[in-house]
Amino acid sequence: MKRWQFLAPLALFAVLLGFLAVGLNLNPREVPSPLIGKPAPAFELARLDDPTQRITHADLKGQVWILNVWASWCVACRQEHPLLVDFAKRNPVPLYGLNYKDKRDDGLAWLRRFGDPYKASLYDIDGRVGIDFGVYGVPETFVIDKQGVIRFKQIGPVTPEVLRDEIEPLLKQLNA
Amino acid sequence: MPKFRFALLALCLAAAAHAADAPLTAAEPELEAKMLRISAELRCLVCQNQTIADSNAELAVDLRNQVRDMLRQGQSEQQIIDYMTARYGDFVLYRPPVRGATFLLWFGPAVLMVGGLAALVLVLRRRSRLGNEHFDPEEPGEDEAAPVSATAARPVKSAK
Repeated sequence: MKRWQFLAPLALFAVLLGFLAVGLNLNPREVPSPLIGKPAPAFELARLDDPTQRITHADLKGQVWILNVWASWCVACRQEHPLLVDFAKRNPVPLYGLNYKDKRDDGLAWLRRFGDPYKASLYDIDGRVGIDFGVYGVPETFVIDKQGVIRFKQIGPVTPEVLRDEIEPLLKQLNA
Repeated sequence: MPKFRFALLALCLAAAAHAADAPLTAAEPELEAKMLRISAELRCLVCQNQTIADSNAELAVDLRNQVRDMLRQGQSEQQIIDYMTARYGDFVLYRPPVRGATFLLWFGPAVLMVGGLAALVLVLRRRSRLGNEHFDPEEPGEDEAAPVSATAARPVKSAK
């Protein structure tokens, strides 16, 4: 017993090292959203391409859908955009955009230039709906089920891995 | 000295310029003060080590506006804090609430300190009870017999 006592500090150090290793590999930007498992917030917004037409949360109930928060000023949005365009072509579920704190003309020009994967983009000029969705870093992507409950949230650009390993299996499960 | 004076002047000017930036609306000083007090309790999600009151990130500006609007609607501080945590989670609170998951965070340092002190006291007490024979004095002459360190400490001549 006594002979191994000198190993105690080493063991403590190993434990500390373990904590630090885990801590270093966490991404502090990824704040767990309290909204997962909760009903998506209510909203009523004009369409980006048609200010006279309004879309509310009630219009989207009864189907599984994806909300992608984007803006023309958002550089990381360009990174994920081809993926979304490709996703929309396969069209497993409707993809809606939330154009976040953008100028209408800039947003429309951006869609013309990079392609428009969205069934519609909601125009959130003052970011209020964004706040309701707990948005703090664009792009963000939400998967919302038939009951209108948020089931998944991606902070930052969607990667092919996230789409393949997390979003698509979830969509299959929700639509089953 | 003149350089130092210049630096001081620059500092004062910078402070003055900063004061001019401060977005205090004189119209409702009371509301503004309350808004800033609540904002100082909320973490900015974009620049995470700043409060919403300190940060100039766009989201922080939006959230300050939100707090201001909610105060205007007559909502209480607790209602505003609840509103923010419902959207951004406990992470938005600069002072995390005391509960099971945060117990270690709040009391860990105190536990560590008490534990450390207790260990120290135990060790010292045990040692004070030990007889002299447990502490072997250094061999006399060992110091003198170690000129190696003296040579090592001599500065090495730089090779030019």
